[in-house]
Amino acid sequence: MRFVRKTHYVQDINIIKHGGQRFWYGLLAVVVVLAPLGLDRFYLGELSQVFIYAIAGIGLMLLMGYTGLVSLGHAAFLAIGAYCHTWLLGHGVPFPVSLFIATLFTAGVGGIVGIPALRMTGIYLAVATLAFAVIVEQVLMHWESVTGGFRGMAVPKAEILGWNITSPTSFYYVCLGLLTAGLLVALNLLRSPSGRAMIAVRDSETSAQSMGIHINRTKNLAFTISAGFTGLAGGLFAHKIGYLAPDAFTLLTSIQLLLMVVVGGLGSLHGVVYGAIFIGLLPQAIAIFRDVVPPAVSQLPGLEPGIFGLILVLFLIYEPQGIYGRWLKIRLYFEEFPLYRKATHKRQKSYLRTERLR
Amino acid sequence: MEVLQLLISGISQGCVYGLIALGFVLIYKATEMVNFAQGDIMMLGAFVAVTLVNVMGVPFFWGVLGTLVIMAIVGVLLERLLLRPMIGQPHFAVLMLTIGLGFILRAVAGAIWGNEPRALNTPYVGKVIRMGELVVGYENIAIVVGTALLCALLYLFFRFTRLGVAMQAASQNQLAAYYVGIPVKRICSLVWALSAVIAACAGILTAPVSLIDPLMGFVGIKAFAAAIVGGFGSLPGAILGGLLVGVTEQFAGLYLPPGFSEVSAYVLLLVILMVRPAGLFATMQLKKV
Amino acid sequence: MSLLVANNIAVSFGGIKAVHDLSFAVDAGEVFSIVGPNGAGKTTIFNLISRIYDMDEGTLNFNGADISHVPAHAIAEMGIARTFQNTELFDRETVLKNLLIGCHVHRRTNIVQELAFLPSVKAQELAFRKQAEDVIDLLDLQNYRDQVIGNLPYGVRKMIEIARALCVQPRLLLLDEPSSGLNPEETEDLSFWLEDINDDLGITIIMVEHDMNLVSRASDRVMALADGVLITIGTPAEVQNHPEVLRAYMGD
Repeated sequence: MRFVRKTHYVQDINIIKHGGQRFWYGLLAVVVVLAPLGLDRFYLGELSQVFIYAIAGIGLMLLMGYTGLVSLGHAAFLAIGAYCHTWLLGHGVPFPVSLFIATLFTAGVGGIVGIPALRMTGIYLAVATLAFAVIVEQVLMHWESVTGGFRGMAVPKAEILGWNITSPTSFYYVCLGLLTAGLLVALNLLRSPSGRAMIAVRDSETSAQSMGIHINRTKNLAFTISAGFTGLAGGLFAHKIGYLAPDAFTLLTSIQLLLMVVVGGLGSLHGVVYGAIFIGLLPQAIAIFRDVVPPAVSQLPGLEPGIFGLILVLFLIYEPQGIYGRWLKIRLYFEEFPLYRKATHKRQKSYLRTERLR
Repeated sequence: MEVLQLLISGISQGCVYGLIALGFVLIYKATEMVNFAQGDIMMLGAFVAVTLVNVMGVPFFWGVLGTLVIMAIVGVLLERLLLRPMIGQPHFAVLMLTIGLGFILRAVAGAIWGNEPRALNTPYVGKVIRMGELVVGYENIAIVVGTALLCALLYLFFRFTRLGVAMQAASQNQLAAYYVGIPVKRICSLVWALSAVIAACAGILTAPVSLIDPLMGFVGIKAFAAAIVGGFGSLPGAILGGLLVGVTEQFAGLYLPPGFSEVSAYVLLLVILMVRPAGLFATMQLKKV
Repeated sequence: MSLLVANNIAVSFGGIKAVHDLSFAVDAGEVFSIVGPNGAGKTTIFNLISRIYDMDEGTLNFNGADISHVPAHAIAEMGIARTFQNTELFDRETVLKNLLIGCHVHRRTNIVQELAFLPSVKAQELAFRKQAEDVIDLLDLQNYRDQVIGNLPYGVRKMIEIARALCVQPRLLLLDEPSSGLNPEETEDLSFWLEDINDDLGITIIMVEHDMNLVSRASDRVMALADGVLITIGTPAEVQNHPEVLRAYMGD
């Protein structure tokens, strides 16, 4: 079991808190950076997809896990980022600038969407985001001059100073770099007053106000930053799928993002990464499952969403803390071995308290 | 005349939304859970009816009754297996659970009945009433009458029976409800059974108007929007919301460019939420600190 | 010198006049208690001062400035902090995080600086931590620093509410029933802490209380209310023996 001896406040403020974390994260960094040497282009592509999901997941997690605002329509921000970036690239804007502008634009839209959302809570907000996503989907389908409508748009190849970004290895590093930067920015946010303000708004609006926190500004900030992250992911996603069409950004996509955040573990950035790995690997696992199972089952068109649903249900009932939560329990077992008690995680039976009185 | 015709289709479609919305609100009033799979339960009910009436040849009336009984049992089973472990969990966790449930139901329905659209053999399909230039199908009348009947029954139930009051108590403070001797778990099961029955009614009533296939449950999302418009927690609000959405859709389809009728329900929702953030008949109050 | 002045404030909810035509003044540096039976409007006054409710009539002055229409989140910055009758802590976070959120009013950095975590932000974080630690030392909360609020007993939570309010470094502290749920020993400790807060930190305290012993021991002046109307203001001894007050508490 690890006992950390703290001698200075700065140890609590730093992102990496002690030698053990330095070792393991360092090892992870080495493995991830050297991966292209050992993996072929297919797996590099899959890992890039995982990174992209993770960036989108950071956005959703900041909104849901840390500010407590449920969003059922985050695919809309993914779409806005993707289409904006592609349109700019098509008009000759260099890749880094285009990505940056797409991120800012999506963040701006998030801020605007956040304004009416300030007065809504709980399920009302969730449905409003759902409505927003459906409307965006329709706009994508019918605004032919900009989005290409049902035909969609091809995503141009991108390069920085002659270096082709969209080759598998380069794209892998771009995604990895942006994910690392994103995680650092999110961690900075969470250890600063703005991040704490978000948590305060989640747990008790009245007392947050009495501490001087501007509720509306905080919620709006959460929407803006969340949309920005997801927009960035959208821009990268556009390169990954190569051709944009409205049916890549449906309700199912929003639910997939939600699934990632919930299954990974709500309330931590670790959860985002685990969730992204899970979502990224799920299609492969289902493909393998299809080969193993008799044709009567494997030919079903509703199989993939059905398995999604089943996994979601099982996780919510049996491991509501998600993959990260389960990992923490496993780690605790090894840390406390042989003194581990199963009752450590047994929580007092909880009862329903109405949400209609806030 | 065209306006009146649109109004009739709007009201009839609105009643279907309203019935599904009723199921949502019922579960919410009793357990504060949002059941995103309500539309898919409707779909299941419709398929069960098809099996009984079309495939097994049961006479229509008994087929409907049998469907209602089977769906009530399905509702209880779903509650027992899936929702009971979730009591006390945060609300959106339950929302996500029901979203997952919706996926599972669709996959199961597709596996059992296939994805080809079916029609239910209803005795009154095809017959119409003509009033001047107005054509009103029997099925539309059936929908409206069926909805009105169900609403009346539910109103009486909640107003005058002890069970109705107990349901509301259980949703506001479960622990307190336990203390005063309300059988909370049994009430939850009952509510889910009731909700499934209402959904099955909606499925049977709408079957002549739209064909039955595993994806018909997506209308549930619009019904959800309708329930929110009415104020989630108010039974008359659910019906009113459904009617508003149904009528708005029909008129948007006629007077606005393509694509607008699809989103009209959602635009209506956003407009109403911006003006009244908790729906038309809001049931939220500010906590006294 | 008056720090807080209320002039003829009134507020009604539906048909009930929660507070009616109330005027009082609180001097800087004193401990001012508000007593009265349940439903007298005591917590309502706090909610009016914190601007959670809007007044129907009357004005409120704090330190010479009119705060009758100031938005709720600006009150903390003006130097007023409060605790809540049913503790409104951030239940899923640790005690330390709760206190750090209390320091929010002293924030001088903007969001861009924070996203990049510039040295100015780090310096501010260290300053906040020092502030929180000072409050922890004052109220002896060292053992609870890293524990999640949800796991702590009620008495400790009440102290953390006060600690969090102290992190605001207010000029005026509003305490809503600080001793409810505390046993006699804890109440005695509380009275010593109130003394420390008032004398050493120079903070003016307004306290809603039911425990008459605590009121007598700790307060300079007391205001008695019943049904939203003022009965009297005076020293603890005067108020306790006032015939109207006795009638309001004991009945006729």
